[in-house]
Amino acid sequence: MSGYLTGVLVVLAFNVMAAYAVYLPLAAGQLNLGIAGFMAIGAYASAFLTNEYAWPMWAAIPVGAGLAGLTGLLIGIPVLRTHGIYLAMATFALGQVISALFLNLEVVGGAAGYPVSDYVGPNGVFLAAAAVVVLMLYLSRTRFALYLTAVKSDPTVADLLGVSVRGIQVAAFALGAAVAGFGGAFYAHHYNFVEAQHFNVLLSVFTVLYVLFGGTQTVWGPLVGAAFFTLAPELLRASDQWRYALFAVFIIVFMAIRPQGLVTTSLLRFARRKPAAESSEAA
Amino acid sequence: MTAALSIQGLNKSFAGVRAITDLSFEVPKGVTTALIGPNGAGKTTVFNLVSGVYGVDAGTITANGVDITHMPSRKRISTGIARSFQNIRLMSHLTVLENMLVGQHVRNTSLRALLTPYRLFPNHRWKVEARAALAESGLEEWANETVGALPYGVRKRIDLVRATLAGASVLMLDEPAAGLNPSETNALRDHLKALMAKGITLLVVEHDMHFVDSICENVVVLNFGEKIAEGPLSQVRQNAKVREAYIGAEEV
Repeated sequence: MSGYLTGVLVVLAFNVMAAYAVYLPLAAGQLNLGIAGFMAIGAYASAFLTNEYAWPMWAAIPVGAGLAGLTGLLIGIPVLRTHGIYLAMATFALGQVISALFLNLEVVGGAAGYPVSDYVGPNGVFLAAAAVVVLMLYLSRTRFALYLTAVKSDPTVADLLGVSVRGIQVAAFALGAAVAGFGGAFYAHHYNFVEAQHFNVLLSVFTVLYVLFGGTQTVWGPLVGAAFFTLAPELLRASDQWRYALFAVFIIVFMAIRPQGLVTTSLLRFARRKPAAESSEAA
Repeated sequence: MTAALSIQGLNKSFAGVRAITDLSFEVPKGVTTALIGPNGAGKTTVFNLVSGVYGVDAGTITANGVDITHMPSRKRISTGIARSFQNIRLMSHLTVLENMLVGQHVRNTSLRALLTPYRLFPNHRWKVEARAALAESGLEEWANETVGALPYGVRKRIDLVRATLAGASVLMLDEPAAGLNPSETNALRDHLKALMAKGITLLVVEHDMHFVDSICENVVVLNFGEKIAEGPLSQVRQNAKVREAYIGAEEV
């Protein structure tokens, strides 16, 4: 594999992890616009533990993910009382606050950034992304995923049928935050440098865009969305600076024509029926 | 014997407007009861108070001997009381089968149940049970369809089957026969009689008096949020207050 291709695929792996972090709460109808903040927590926590306390990475990375998840849990409980645009604003502000906090935290280098000693190669990053995808595929086969859609579809009825709407929403938010922290920790150890400015609003917004583009109805949406957004600009490189303009026009047209995203339940069902009509129950 | 559902001194106002005033009635176990009254009498409000969509201003609600007046709405179904909805509330992004699985939730609340990858097993017991319940109502052909696109009568029956899957002993049905054609209404009657034969107590809000007459032993009549009569339909029909409430509205 060429260095260029590897570089692109590593970016893809990070984008996939981020996309699933946004997907989980979004599948329950909750927009998290502060995902970069949770990635920063995972990145800085894991970097700090390996740098200052000589923790091995296999311990530091899960702790980083866990801290991001715990923050998501503690913040999710009050923040998820808000809905719609208010929740979007609250999580947006949250991402900014976390980023600003690290920007001013001198023990992790402040605005100058924070070099990270331990290194994870591309294969480690690919493995991490694959693990996240497998976890998401697993969850998509459980009642948890069923309740995410149920809560999004009709929270009142889900509640009356005994489903803990708040419990499901907080769990999805916190689990998403943990996945973001997991990806962030790998980011720190792959690039060996973290700076608060990287975890900015654009990162959060782009990640949401991947998920909306791929579609939130199925577990495959974020994967397809992240892949498209990472690879398409690379393939359009020949047209130089115009590629971003072309790409933007394409996104606007696409979202106007297909607001539900690229991969939908009906699309998957259609694809499944064609080759094997008799085993349509398989997934 | 404790009543399936007991309502005592229930009051509810919305922004100063009295919706329910000093309402008391009981649904004994096994006695199919109808809640009738002109439009706006407060019938659906009673359902919403019992299921916990709204909090009560005063009064007590007891289901199977358990005081549920101030119980969180999501816990009430575990006391054995479930409901359907007037404006069918199915999860439109889920398939019919998946709606049934959500209906089973109250009997499968453990963390293990939450994280069991049942979709990997084509014949997982939850699916088998849900398909059997659908088959009993002749709905199995729709099992894998997304709910949103289905005909009204079918969605109506799915809503009913989902309510039964909670394993509740008391079912509150909000206008189950509304909008159904005569053959669908007959199928519904058979379905409800089968549920009654299983020992399930029904409380039905319904405008179709022939339908009420064919399944309900007891009738509670509401007007402007107050109970104006109670008893067998034949008796209630003769009541002067009931006749007055219905004049110009519909024939009783």
